[in-house]
Amino acid sequence: MKDIYTEEFLINVGPQHPSTHGVLSLELRLDGEIVIDCVPHIGYLHRSFEKLAENRTYTQFILFTDRLDYIASMNNNLAYVMAVEKLLKLEISERAKYIRVIIAELNRIASHLLAIGTFAQDLGAFATPLFYCFRDREKIVDIFDETCGSRLTYNYMRIGGVQFDLPKGMDRKIREFIAYMRPKLDDYDWLLTHNSIFLVRSKGIGVLIKDAAINYSVTGPNLRGSGVKWDLRKDEPYLAYDKFEFDVPTGENGDAWDRYKVRIEEMRQSLRIIEQALGALPEGDPTSKVGRIYKPAPGEAYMRTENPRGELGFYIVSDGSVCPYRLKIRAPSFSNLAVLPELIRGLKVADLICVLGSLDILMGEIDR
Amino acid sequence: MITFLNLIFMAAVSAAVLAFVAASAMFLIWWERKVSAHIQTRFGPMRVGWHGALQSIADAIKLLLKEDIAPSGRDKLSWWLAPFFVVVPSIMAFAVIPFGRRLIPADLNMGILYLMAITSVGVIGIFMAGWGSDNKYSLLGGMRAAAQIISYELPLILSMITVVMYANSLSMQRIVEAQSGCWNVFHPSLALACLIYIISATAEVNRAPFDIPEAESELVAGFHTEYSGMKFAMFFIGEYTNLFIVSAIAVTLFFGGWQGPFLPPVLWFLIKTYGIVFILMWVRWTFPRLRVDQLMAFSWKVLTPVSFVNLAAAGLLLLRR
Repeated sequence: MKDIYTEEFLINVGPQHPSTHGVLSLELRLDGEIVIDCVPHIGYLHRSFEKLAENRTYTQFILFTDRLDYIASMNNNLAYVMAVEKLLKLEISERAKYIRVIIAELNRIASHLLAIGTFAQDLGAFATPLFYCFRDREKIVDIFDETCGSRLTYNYMRIGGVQFDLPKGMDRKIREFIAYMRPKLDDYDWLLTHNSIFLVRSKGIGVLIKDAAINYSVTGPNLRGSGVKWDLRKDEPYLAYDKFEFDVPTGENGDAWDRYKVRIEEMRQSLRIIEQALGALPEGDPTSKVGRIYKPAPGEAYMRTENPRGELGFYIVSDGSVCPYRLKIRAPSFSNLAVLPELIRGLKVADLICVLGSLDILMGEIDR
Repeated sequence: MITFLNLIFMAAVSAAVLAFVAASAMFLIWWERKVSAHIQTRFGPMRVGWHGALQSIADAIKLLLKEDIAPSGRDKLSWWLAPFFVVVPSIMAFAVIPFGRRLIPADLNMGILYLMAITSVGVIGIFMAGWGSDNKYSLLGGMRAAAQIISYELPLILSMITVVMYANSLSMQRIVEAQSGCWNVFHPSLALACLIYIISATAEVNRAPFDIPEAESELVAGFHTEYSGMKFAMFFIGEYTNLFIVSAIAVTLFFGGWQGPFLPPVLWFLIKTYGIVFILMWVRWTFPRLRVDQLMAFSWKVLTPVSFVNLAAAGLLLLRR
């Protein structure tokens, strides 16, 4: 029996693997099925956006932000144009603010739908919830298609407003979508939230405690899943968010199920916000009136917004020319991924996939 | 002369079984794609033939023409033999499946014992594939499959034994005939055995929520990650043949086999079997997957004790009769 020994198993999950949500590579050390350690390797999708920004005018860079978090492009556009507006000390029309809120919240729903769909897929519910999520996301994409002509990379927000006003009859369409979406969210509760296999797979798995979440600067639904009530839309309101009533859902234990549940609840809250914003939509012209080339006074500005995946921040330094002197992007997924090794030590391989899915990271904004 | 005729007869029967296996597997693959598609608000294959009916044939031709890629570090013998170890036992199991009153390739007097033995061989093929591929994902998949199938064999066999006790025979035909009055599934002491059988059978054929050996989101494709072309096709055929076999056994043991009014027995048998297959498909495309340790715990801590209690209770009820 002395000759029999066991040894650690080194395995590379990714960059080509069905569940790494993009080109992420995880170097795993396994003891049988148990994960001893995990080192995430990033950089496979690096496109050097921050450097590219230094050679583009402020307007030209908007379309690059689409490619950061490509599931929530509208929100990225929004954070960037708001940072530039802060730099220019520009006020925008009320209608533009409301339209931005509506569009950003619709985009949040689309993003969360994809997040829970892929999460269920990672737990082995083979494609069915994913297809349901895509079916519902399709309605939002259609709305965006009519509004700005694009289905994935929208390039819709403009410095000083939005590209186009909402098309005629769009408010009715969005209301129809709200009426359609509410019962669908209950369907997801039936299919997943209270499914016993789903519960045993995600309850108590990958527990992120409050302090660790704050120390790793985890943001978004992942932070709220750990029970921290922090939402920039409430705590540092921008646009017209202070005029709407909505709750900030939080989890209790910080496990994978809580993070999932927060996303489901956030979709309900987003529908509430959209409904209120549509009801109070002011008249006016939301399009931008400030031209395309700006020369902001030398200085700097930092603007952060609540993206579907957490706090997205743009830090812009201007030297008075038409291009930013330096642009730094604070991407939420980057911090959210950093906490992964902390969460999965001692868990099984299957749990690793579950935790990774529940963190809902996106390589586009990690690698930038 | 008699032996020669016998040989011809046996060859004819084997050919018929093989033809049925191929046709059935192809139909099931197409059907699963259609069922999953409609569950998922899609259409599934629509281009080849009526509603994609010839899709499986097109796929088979594609797989036949494909290059057979073999990893350089493979263990040659187990790599080559693995697909056969998976397919051959599942075809051999057809020998004792009663399709009709006299339509059974061989009515062995210990048919059910033969079935238990022959269906357990497949796991060796899966493990050989996992070991021989020289791939870490395959190895993990193969190990998981071995652990899972061995764990679920126990409740599976215990539930079958309950039926044998009531039918008083190991022959498949006798078990069917014993159900002429009342199907076993409606029998109070056998209904639980039926449930245990269907759960364990789902695990035995590696289907969701027990599809851990193949767990696509974790292990890429599990034990058959490295296989391509016709070897992969053999695993595929083996999988769908097993699906048919476990459903056919469920029908024979619990749902009255080929018995039924008006329609011919063969038709009844096929309707019932494909009905069970449909339920297994429905489950697969609805539920998430259990984790490997939860799966083991469910077998050893719940299913096995329950099936022992069920066996003892059924025995006691039988004594009092």
